Amino acid sequence: MRGGLWQLGQSITRRLAQADKKTIGRRCFASDADLKKTVLYDFHVVNGGKMVPFAGWSMPIQYKDSIMDSTVNCRENGSLFDVSHMCGLSLKGKDTIPFLEKLVIADVAGLAPGTGSLTVFTNEKGGAIDDSVVTKVTNDHIYLVVNAGCRDKDLAHIEEHMKSFKSKGGDVSWHIHDERSLLALQGPLAAPVLQYLTKDDLSKMYFGEFRVLDINGAPCFLTRTGYTGEDGFEISVPSENALDLAKALLEKSEGKIRLTGLGARDSLRLEAGLCLYGNDMEQHITPVEAGLTWAIGKRRRAEGGFLGAEVILKQIEEGPKIRRVGFFSSGPPPRSHSEIQDSNGQNIGEITSGGFSPCLKKNIAMGYVKTGNHKAGTNVKIVIRGKSYDGVVTKMPFVPTKYYKP
Amino acid sequence: MALRMWASSTANALRVSSTVSRTNFSLSRCFSTVLEGLKYASSHEWVKHEGSVATIGITDHAQDHLGEVVFVDLPDTGTSVSHGSSFGAVESVKATSDINSPISGEIVEVNTKLSETPGLINSSPYEDGWMIKVKPSSPSELESLMDAKEYTKLCDEEEIH
Repeated sequence: MRGGLWQLGQSITRRLAQADKKTIGRRCFASDADLKKTVLYDFHVVNGGKMVPFAGWSMPIQYKDSIMDSTVNCRENGSLFDVSHMCGLSLKGKDTIPFLEKLVIADVAGLAPGTGSLTVFTNEKGGAIDDSVVTKVTNDHIYLVVNAGCRDKDLAHIEEHMKSFKSKGGDVSWHIHDERSLLALQGPLAAPVLQYLTKDDLSKMYFGEFRVLDINGAPCFLTRTGYTGEDGFEISVPSENALDLAKALLEKSEGKIRLTGLGARDSLRLEAGLCLYGNDMEQHITPVEAGLTWAIGKRRRAEGGFLGAEVILKQIEEGPKIRRVGFFSSGPPPRSHSEIQDSNGQNIGEITSGGFSPCLKKNIAMGYVKTGNHKAGTNVKIVIRGKSYDGVVTKMPFVPTKYYKP
Repeated sequence: MALRMWASSTANALRVSSTVSRTNFSLSRCFSTVLEGLKYASSHEWVKHEGSVATIGITDHAQDHLGEVVFVDLPDTGTSVSHGSSFGAVESVKATSDINSPISGEIVEVNTKLSETPGLINSSPYEDGWMIKVKPSSPSELESLMDAKEYTKLCDEEEIH
C-alpha cells in the first residue's frame, strides 16, 4: 500500500486501519462532517493534533511532536492517548460467563473478580472476529473493550448470539458505554502521576487488574493494561469529566507526559509485538496462528465450547501451518503485504505490519511464515518494490515489555 | 551557504513566528516554505531548472506531512524518468510515498548522501535534500507546472480539507 505524497494522510490512516476494505472505501469519501468526534476533539485541535479519519472517527494521528519523539517519550516518560473511539461494553446477568465463553477463547470463569485478560472473539472456522481485553468485574458483570473498526460487526455478532441465548432462558444483557470516554495513560510516569488524582493505592494494583474508583473526583473504571508494552492504565471516565481528567494528568506530570496520537501508538504496539486487528489478525487467521495460544485457558483447551473450537484445538495438537513471527531487516522498512521469501527465493509468507522502530532505530516487522521458517535466527528475504532485502526472524517483543507485576 | 541555512531553518522558525516576512517566498497557511523561482507538481515535488539540468526534490509541505524520513529509494544515474511517473519512494516512520517526476528526461546525478542521511529531506528539502538531477527531454513540460503562488494555494486548500 503506497501512494503519492498527496495521499499521505490517507495512507497513514490506511496503514492503521482496523476495518475491512469496504469501510476504507467509504472512509475515503466521507467528508469531515460524517466523522464522529470524541469529547476531546477541540482539545486535540488546540494542542496541535493533526486530525485524520480513523474507523469513522476524526482522531489525532500526531500532535506537534513527531511520531519518532512521541514514541521515545512514551517509554522515557509517558503518553496520554484519547482512545474514546474504542467501544466499552458491559455484559450483565447471572449467565454472563457461560454466554461469553461461547464467543471467546479466554477462561472467563477462571478469572478472579477484578482481573482481566487479552482474548479473541472467534468465528465458526476458528478465525478471529476481533481481539479484546475482557475483565471480570464480578461473577455477573463482564467489562470489555473492542476495536472501533470492529464495533458494528462485534455488536451484531454478540447481539445475534445473545438473542438465541436469551430465548433459551439465559440471563444476560448488555450496556454499551457510549456515555463514557476512554483515556490510555502509558509509560513509567503513568502510575506516579495517576496516584496524585486518586486515594486508592495503585502500588497494590497489578497488570491486568481492574477497579471502579474515583479519579479526579469522577467515578472511573480503571484497568492496568495498555497497548504500548509499558506499564500503564486505561481509564474509562464519564464523558463530562474526560476533559478535566486529561488536563489534570498532563498538568500533574509537569509536561513530561505528552499527548500522543495514533501514529506513535502504532509504533509502540509494533515494538511491543502486539497485533493490530485488521493487519496482523483477520477473519481467516486463528489465535493459534497468531501466536495467542497462551490466551486459550487450560480448561478451554480441554473442554472447547467456543466457536471454532474444533479447528483451534486440532491446530494446537498438530501445530499450525503458518505462524506470526517478528523480523529485523535491512533496506526500506517492510510494510503490510511485502512478500517474505526463504533464502532460495521461494515464497514463504507476507508481512502484516512493519515500520522503522523509533526506539531501536532500525526496521521491525511482523508477518506470517510457513511453519518450519518460524524459528528465531532464520534468514529470510523481504521483497520491497521488486528488490529483495535481508531479514531475520526475531523474537518479539522487539522492545522489552515493562508490565507492573507482583 | 546562507541560503542553505535559511532553507533548513525556516521550516521550524515559521512555526513559531508567522510575522516573518520575506519577499522571495510565499507563506502558506500551513506554515510551510514555498520558494519563488521553482516549479511545482500537484504531487508535491519541486523542479529547479538551471541551464541544461533540472534538479528535483520534494517540498517543505511534503516533508512536513511525511514526518521523519528514514529511507529513500532512488534510481541509478542514466535511468530515464517520465513526466508524472514514479521514480522512487520515501519512507517515513509510518508511510511509504511514491515520488513522481514532474518532467521527462535522463538522470545525470543522484543525491547519494540521502542513502546515509535520509533526514536531509526534512532538514533541507530544497537544498541538501534534493533527490535527482535530470537532463530534460521535453523542456516544455516545465510550463505545465505550478509556480510558487499557485502551489501555495494548493497547500492551503489541502490544509483546509
